[in-house]
Amino acid sequence: MGESLALTLPEIILTVGAIVLMLAAAFAGDRHARTITWAAIGVLALAAAWVPGIATAGGVAFDGLFVADSFAAFAKVLVYIAAAAALVAANGWFGRAGDYRAEYPVLILLSSIGMGMMVSAGDLLTLYVGLELQSLAAYVLASFQRTDNRSAEAGLKYFVLGALASGILLYGVSLLYGFTGSTLFGDVSVALQNDGVSTGELFGIVFVLAGIAFKVSAVPFHMWTPDVYEGAPTPVTAFFASAPKVAAMALLTRVAIEGMGPATFEWRQIVIFMALASTILGGVAAIGQPNIKRLLAYSSINNVGFALIGLAAANREGVSAILFYMAVYVAMTVGSFLIVLRMRDEAGEPVETIASLSGLSRTNKPLAAAMAIFMFSLAGIPPLFGFWPKFLVFDAAVRADLTWLAAVGIVTSAISAFYYLKIVKTMYFDEPAPAYGPTADVPQTILIAAAALFVSPLGYLAIPLIQPLADNAASALF
Amino acid sequence: MIQAFAFYLFAAIVIASGVLTIGARNPVHSVLWLILAFFNAAGLFLILGAEFIAMLLVIVYVGAVAVLFLFVVMMLDVDFAELRAGVARYWPFATLLALVLLAEIVFALAAWNAGTIVAPKASPTMQDVSNIELLGRALYTRYVYIFEAAGLVLLVAMIGAIVLTHRQRSDVRPQRVSDQVRRRPEDAVVNMHPGVGQGVEL
Repeated sequence: MGESLALTLPEIILTVGAIVLMLAAAFAGDRHARTITWAAIGVLALAAAWVPGIATAGGVAFDGLFVADSFAAFAKVLVYIAAAAALVAANGWFGRAGDYRAEYPVLILLSSIGMGMMVSAGDLLTLYVGLELQSLAAYVLASFQRTDNRSAEAGLKYFVLGALASGILLYGVSLLYGFTGSTLFGDVSVALQNDGVSTGELFGIVFVLAGIAFKVSAVPFHMWTPDVYEGAPTPVTAFFASAPKVAAMALLTRVAIEGMGPATFEWRQIVIFMALASTILGGVAAIGQPNIKRLLAYSSINNVGFALIGLAAANREGVSAILFYMAVYVAMTVGSFLIVLRMRDEAGEPVETIASLSGLSRTNKPLAAAMAIFMFSLAGIPPLFGFWPKFLVFDAAVRADLTWLAAVGIVTSAISAFYYLKIVKTMYFDEPAPAYGPTADVPQTILIAAAALFVSPLGYLAIPLIQPLADNAASALF
Repeated sequence: MIQAFAFYLFAAIVIASGVLTIGARNPVHSVLWLILAFFNAAGLFLILGAEFIAMLLVIVYVGAVAVLFLFVVMMLDVDFAELRAGVARYWPFATLLALVLLAEIVFALAAWNAGTIVAPKASPTMQDVSNIELLGRALYTRYVYIFEAAGLVLLVAMIGAIVLTHRQRSDVRPQRVSDQVRRRPEDAVVNMHPGVGQGVEL
């Protein structure tokens, strides 16, 4: 038991931190919400500091329910960084209307515990409970601005559809348990190996994949994404688009490779369909969007599609490419949303139209340059860092004899490049719209600059740092 | 002998209180009869040796669900006379449903007489350990991690409910206990000495 607790130390730190901060929030009140937010960032940093040490020791805790390997460690650190970025974003954004409350950082921490459980899941039960913990906190966060109708609507939609997806997932879990006799990934895999994939097991696999595909918002389970992303408060949207996506993607990878490895032929068809549908729909549907948050929602669907191509490869290179992709994706998407946070008119009201970005290069040069870097990077234009993970994903697909999939992926990538470039054109060549109001949030500026530097060509210098980590993480699954 | 007696006692009361749940004119009485039915069903489970389910029935159904029913019935303004007036319109449909149920009962009896389906048990049952102990062992040892995480899920639900619904209202006057305790007789009581034939001046 003691060893098991030592392996879950990051989760324990987060749990204790969340409960202590919740008590602090209850007694100190919302006036100290900003202090509590910084304390929550500190708790996340503390938890992240323990992760690498635990991963090198490695091991399985609680009879296989919890796996602490380098794969979990990579995803966990990424999730904690994204969650901390969402906290920084919220600190500067809420509050103008007096609507920032001290429960926000607490809910982010609790959601982070759930995401940590997801990426460390070694059992279908851990998978489900972790997913529920993450989702339940996310539903509340989506309707955090409860006086705003759109926010309340986003929360309700997310909750109803999320509950449906959880039901589907749970049904798949029960089928898998019934037909294989175990909920442990390892035992499920052995059962699939021994007597082939029966119809019942196949149904279970399909339902589990559908449930998780909802969480990563892969087509055809993406319907909620644009509405929820548009309605939720912008820092919450930045959170939704980054940390839970990484966690759900890592979870999907682990359950597919570790739990359903012998059924690769069966699930590969589903994953290939979801990958192609996501890249195509994410590319085409975003073209007519006038709202930047909706556009970024489709962009996230599009990006998940590319990550799924890595999963379809189902080899070590593919898994490593997924992790690398998610790391760069988090930087690109958090950076873009931080710039959306900056979009406020003179009176300080948030603006969400793409038209308001017109001529930004003349009114605010650094902001326009950063946005251009993120857009070029999301489009995967070569000198920028966003190109490299796409290349890795396609490379993995080619190695798995899925050259046609890589070719189709490249074509759909070109479709989505259209709307990213359209934003750059709006910023640089259109007549200037009224300038945005001034902002003086230093931590956010630093974060935007850091993200822009990371996805700029300078990011290639980080490859020798990230690549061994991603490779090491991927080999933990094989 | 005592088991048979207990079984017939519990079973008879379950059926009787079930009938009265439907038949009672007052909806509050219906709920109270329902609670009695739950209690006796718990007794039946006890005879079967499923003491954990018996306790769950009492704690969850009687303790939470039935009380919730009572609240809802008391709060809702349901016009039961109006509902009863619809009987004439609904009886053909109701008869149809009753016939379907009757047919199913007959069919089930026939199937039961034909013998049961013998399914292999997924895991061996231990005879000398009680249900509660087994469940407790599984929950607090093998699955303690998930058990604790489920606790966190409930905590999130609690925080979420408060975040989404709690609001500070400025137009209500809350009770201030310290002010009430601090109040002395000198602050509130005045001794008057009215003369004979004169009223009290306040």
